[in-house]
Amino acid sequence: MDAATASKVTHASAQPRPAKAKSFWRRREHALIGTVSMLVFLAFWELSVALNWVNPLFTSSPSRIVRTGYEMFADGSIWTDIQVSGFEFIVGYGAAIVIGVPLGILMGWYSRVDAVLDPFVSALYATPRIALLPLVMIWFGIGLMSKIAIVFLGAVFPILVNTITGVRTVNADFVKIARSFGSNDWQMFLTVALPSSIPLLLTGLRLGLGHALVGIVVGEMYGATHGLGFLIATAGARFQTDKVMVGIILIASAGIALTELLRLIERRFERWRPSVGG
Amino acid sequence: MGATRRAKLELRRVSLALYNERTDEDLPVLHDVGFEVFEGELVCIVGPSGCGKSTLLNAVDGLIAVTDGAILVDGRAVEGPGPDRAMVFQHDSLFPWRTVLQNVMYGLDLQGSLDKAERKARALALVELVGLAGFADHYPHELSGGMRQRVNIARALVMEPQLLLLDEPFAALDAQTREFMQVELLKILARARTTALFVTHQISEAVFLSNRVIVLSARPARVKELIEVDLPGARSLDLKHQAPFVALEQRIWRLIEQEAERTGMLTVA
Repeated sequence: MDAATASKVTHASAQPRPAKAKSFWRRREHALIGTVSMLVFLAFWELSVALNWVNPLFTSSPSRIVRTGYEMFADGSIWTDIQVSGFEFIVGYGAAIVIGVPLGILMGWYSRVDAVLDPFVSALYATPRIALLPLVMIWFGIGLMSKIAIVFLGAVFPILVNTITGVRTVNADFVKIARSFGSNDWQMFLTVALPSSIPLLLTGLRLGLGHALVGIVVGEMYGATHGLGFLIATAGARFQTDKVMVGIILIASAGIALTELLRLIERRFERWRPSVGG
Repeated sequence: MGATRRAKLELRRVSLALYNERTDEDLPVLHDVGFEVFEGELVCIVGPSGCGKSTLLNAVDGLIAVTDGAILVDGRAVEGPGPDRAMVFQHDSLFPWRTVLQNVMYGLDLQGSLDKAERKARALALVELVGLAGFADHYPHELSGGMRQRVNIARALVMEPQLLLLDEPFAALDAQTREFMQVELLKILARARTTALFVTHQISEAVFLSNRVIVLSARPARVKELIEVDLPGARSLDLKHQAPFVALEQRIWRLIEQEAERTGMLTVA
């Protein structure tokens, strides 16, 4: 956070722009309107349940969701689910990065490596990975391992494919310059290929993130003993709409938080970019 | 006179053909090219468009291998890129993720023979030499075209090359900036005491900068003529309007015109 604000300050001082002092409200207009529209929506939802326009069995209501969520955290029943899903995500997504990025770089840089692996990658990238779920279950059972595997399979291909593209679209002039300065293969990779492919690499990470979350939910719904997806599935089967909503909100929040985190990393890497419209 | 001076660069009957993958044919680019560049000289290469000027420069840098003959720098045959030569490319192609200082440090970073403080000090000295003191921590996108080209030149000069190769470095600049940069380049090179080989297709630029101009023929290029530029006094921009300068310019233009007519690039009225 500190680094991000600091970089903004140096950037602003390096490129002075006509200072048009907008008011506090004007600068935050977009976020304010969004907040208000959200609040209006929540109020309408609550009201329509309170006035018996709709059946809370189907729709739940903001106050019920908050109360149920509070109870679930208070009696500690939800922590196991969060831990299990979190563990599956961290291991599966982490493995996807650790394997996807280096492999993508190799495939992007060495056309022979690409020739060997491309048929597999293309075929699996085009296959909805969820279709592999029964197979994964047969191989790894209904424990953690099968969910880790499905999270990994979901995340690794977007990461891999974007890294490959990133490495392949390296500016030919940069390669020539590096060679002219006597760069060896490893230096070429570190000083040219890696920095120029970082934007696409981060895009891959973001796409992979979405797939990883889908993997957790669907994997746990299909067969599990714990986890947020499992929670949603079992609560749904018992018409516990409030509980379903709590599960959905938790997963959505995790998704938003992780996406924001990636965006922060992206900004850290791209402060050398000209700002759009600047 | 030539015998007493040391040749920094020598091309001995260099021929070069480029393989075209699409047509599966060898395209002869250079044919029996020979000349010398002496220590401290700035020699310009001009020739009709597409005659192989840049290819020649890439060969001297060691990026392309010659088919026949030899290129010698300080008497040693060129077999690949080396620290004795540095290239200033046509597109400034500064790494956008590196600051001005980091861009200038690039070659030293690769070499890794100096520690970081020394590399920084040397790069900073070069940033100042090219007149960009105060811009060391800026990113390339914050600089004008002329400033970026200065960084590009500093990036090559920091390696303290025996021979500086410049491939139309000012081609992408506007006309005014280009003229100013020509004057600046002469100052910078005088301060750095570097021998330079400069490719351009602007004849006035060639005459203004050089001790000698090499006129290449149309492809496959041979040396059509070697022209001594013996102009009196310091090189300042008003020189470009004086009679001896204009005469030289016209002479070179006529040579290129002949080549263009010969190859049908220019139809004779």
